[in-house]
Amino acid sequence: MLLEGKRILITGVLNDASIAFSVARQAQNEGAEIVLTSFGRALSLTTRAARRLPNPDAQIVELDITNEADLAALASRIGAPLDGVLHAIGYAPDSCLGGGFLTAPWDDVAIAMQVSAFSLKSLAVACQPLMTPGSAIVGLDFDNSTVAWPVYDWMGVAKAAFESVARYLARDLGPHGIRVNLVAAGPIRTIAAKSIPGFEQFEDAWTLRAPLGWDVRNADPVARACVALMSDWFPATTGEVIHVDGGYHAIG
Amino acid sequence: MDRSHALEAVREVATEVLSVEADQIVESARFKEDLDADSLDLVELVMGLEERFDIQVPEEDLDGVTTIGHAVDLVLSKLS
Repeated sequence: MLLEGKRILITGVLNDASIAFSVARQAQNEGAEIVLTSFGRALSLTTRAARRLPNPDAQIVELDITNEADLAALASRIGAPLDGVLHAIGYAPDSCLGGGFLTAPWDDVAIAMQVSAFSLKSLAVACQPLMTPGSAIVGLDFDNSTVAWPVYDWMGVAKAAFESVARYLARDLGPHGIRVNLVAAGPIRTIAAKSIPGFEQFEDAWTLRAPLGWDVRNADPVARACVALMSDWFPATTGEVIHVDGGYHAIG
Repeated sequence: MDRSHALEAVREVATEVLSVEADQIVESARFKEDLDADSLDLVELVMGLEERFDIQVPEEDLDGVTTIGHAVDLVLSKLS
């Protein structure tokens, strides 16, 4: 099994449609022990979702990625070494999505940037004391490195920053033997996606263009890539963005 | 399961998830307007109903489900 004997921290499990839930399920199927994070209003959802995993006894630790006290306490709350970390965290206020690019106020944009981009650095630094050489951080991305998308607006800018944060983390954590990679997924119907007005525009575009086709209800291909990146089978890969999008990104 | 039993079970789940009083859970009660439920509340309610009734409710079945009565209809259709 790919993750036999490994402990993996997984953020972002809200329900069983969450991409992070698929990652947790696949990681357990590959032999990993899972630790979940959640906080506030989401905690009861995460608790219910955890009961639906193959091993329903996953530890859940409290983590608000913008809360300095939570970040400082994370390593002691987990209390044991980590071999992998999944970053599946993103948020933008309503003004930042759905066509208000020219009018979204900085205070809202700042929230989007903090929760969706800076948070990768926050999570990496909070987990670093638990991570040994050979361990890996994987982040869930929607590729914004080259183009602007309809309706995605400031979340797209935040994701572009997220990709840059991953490269700088790869630079600074590489000497510690920690890999940092992103999986740029095609659109998946999650709670997060449903909060994006006009999300169906992405779905339609993907269905038409992706040479392998694309199923917006199936997060399993994304989860498998995340598991692979956290395994010992990508030992010399860091600062990379792996597309799991049916090939959409390669087609003009 | 008859409708009154289904409503009673939906009431149990809804009072737990939505933090409302049992007498507010009537068939005509609207989730957002009458029960002050946000989107995460509704996601959790669905998860609670799936657990309570051992059913699976795909997202597309939730279109148009805006009241407690609709939720009872949905549960009964999954059980039949």
